[in-house]
Amino acid sequence: MAFISRGFKGRRRDPDSSSRVPPGQHTVNDFPVLSAGPTPRVDLAKWTFTINGEIDQPKTWTWDQFKSLPTEQITVDIHCVTKWSKLDTAWTGVSVDTLMEGVETAAEYVVAFSDGGYTTNMPLDEITDHKAWVVYEYAGSPLHPEHGGPVRLLVPHLYLWKSAKWVRGLTLKNADEPGFWESNGYNNHGDPWREERYWGD
Amino acid sequence: MTVEQADMKLDGNAIGGLLAEIFNMEMTTAEGTCGGCGTVNAVGRVDVYINAPGTVVRCPACGQVLMRIVHGRGRYWIDLSGMRCLELVEPG
Amino acid sequence: MARGTVLGRLGWRIGEVAEITAETPKVSSVAIDVPDWPGHLAGQHVDVRLTADDGYQAQRSYSIASAPEDRRVTITVERLDDGEVSPYLVGELRSKDKIELRGPIGGFFVWRAPGDRPLLLIAGGSGVVPLMAMIRHRAAAHDRTPVRLLYSSRAFEDVIYREELERLAAADPTLDVRHTLTRSHPDGWRGYARRLDRQMIDDVAWPAQPAPAVFICGPTSFVEAAATLLVDHGYDPGGIKTERFGATGG
Repeated sequence: MAFISRGFKGRRRDPDSSSRVPPGQHTVNDFPVLSAGPTPRVDLAKWTFTINGEIDQPKTWTWDQFKSLPTEQITVDIHCVTKWSKLDTAWTGVSVDTLMEGVETAAEYVVAFSDGGYTTNMPLDEITDHKAWVVYEYAGSPLHPEHGGPVRLLVPHLYLWKSAKWVRGLTLKNADEPGFWESNGYNNHGDPWREERYWGD
Repeated sequence: MTVEQADMKLDGNAIGGLLAEIFNMEMTTAEGTCGGCGTVNAVGRVDVYINAPGTVVRCPACGQVLMRIVHGRGRYWIDLSGMRCLELVEPG
Repeated sequence: MARGTVLGRLGWRIGEVAEITAETPKVSSVAIDVPDWPGHLAGQHVDVRLTADDGYQAQRSYSIASAPEDRRVTITVERLDDGEVSPYLVGELRSKDKIELRGPIGGFFVWRAPGDRPLLLIAGGSGVVPLMAMIRHRAAAHDRTPVRLLYSSRAFEDVIYREELERLAAADPTLDVRHTLTRSHPDGWRGYARRLDRQMIDDVAWPAQPAPAVFICGPTSFVEAAATLLVDHGYDPGGIKTERFGATGG
């Protein structure tokens, strides 16, 4: 019989009987901060967001231009591969559909890239058609650097490592290119509802 | 950066157990050469982030990723490609 | 089959809590009897793993506070209010409870008697724990290497091991303990009353030559500030060993 620590409960873990909580997850009330490196310092005067790669003309927005784009308020559940889920998180941002307006490309894949060198990859159709946003506010306030501010990607239907913090752009690609975690054990796709956490899942 | 964020960076001492589990040796005294800038540091001196989906080890001089370690479903995935060389003293 | 009992393979062991001692309002020392403990060096740590009855596990590292000469493995834990493991260790855990741990871990941040050069120890908060193991080891080994401890705490009641340090220093003129309190200090306080700065390092640190052995432990921001001050003071960075405790601990 496995050793049990008498009286240890751990952080309050709500049982995942809710249909909103994917298998193996538990809900939390705080917002854990995970980081693979130092929090980048960003100068908004020099900040840009770019769509490049398999595109005739790369598209770039400065901070002011980005903030003038049509935005949406969305409330979604988010699921981290480290097993916590947070329900009803409220964000403000620009739909990836808005950013991709007018873009003609045959690319089937995308790599999101961030300050600090982080990357994550997806099929392009996983972030279009109302599935992803580039967000700059969380719970009504400017997105804090520890949560990826000034701007992060938000792809709520996949594990949260795909929602690249400190995102600076999207590179459109003909071939899939595994990103930072996908190339080191984490699942290339990352669907929490199928518990696609690791390679081979 | 708030004080708490700055404090999320640890050092190789914090993964002494994880590395011993994988390599079956004391590793914090092992010396790694950064593949980016060539700086040599004992594992006990390098920057370590353990609060992530995996463990990320970075060169304190240039920030390059030296190691990535993911542990799940009974397996380890280890990337040491950021280090050009790792020097270990024979145990015992 | 129990791992870790042969050939030094690092495996999990089950120890039994012998005694829990409150050091300060938030900090307690847990003395553990560990069967077949292979011994340890001052500065090493253990990983502690807790398992809930649904199988959920949480694991944290704690520096060993006891000297290698002590037959028990003692860890000193600060209870963080929003922590997951520390409120269990300081609050729920009782004498005779079993506790799962592995170790000893670490080879970089260790000091062994006999010392061959002056020793400078700089502690921020609970960073004093591994340095206390070094001081206790030095005392048990009757080593007289000159040692200075500069220990930063928030307030007087937060100073861990205060009386023991006083007693050891009173009995040993080669052990010099200096305190600084950063948030509040009592009336009549004669130690420092501010954060580490260049002046304090200039007063307390040994001369840069002959090169002392230096160990700094505490939160990352504290450790980095202290190391920078020492390098500014003329110390060779290679001679300074650091161990960062994160805010992630707890």
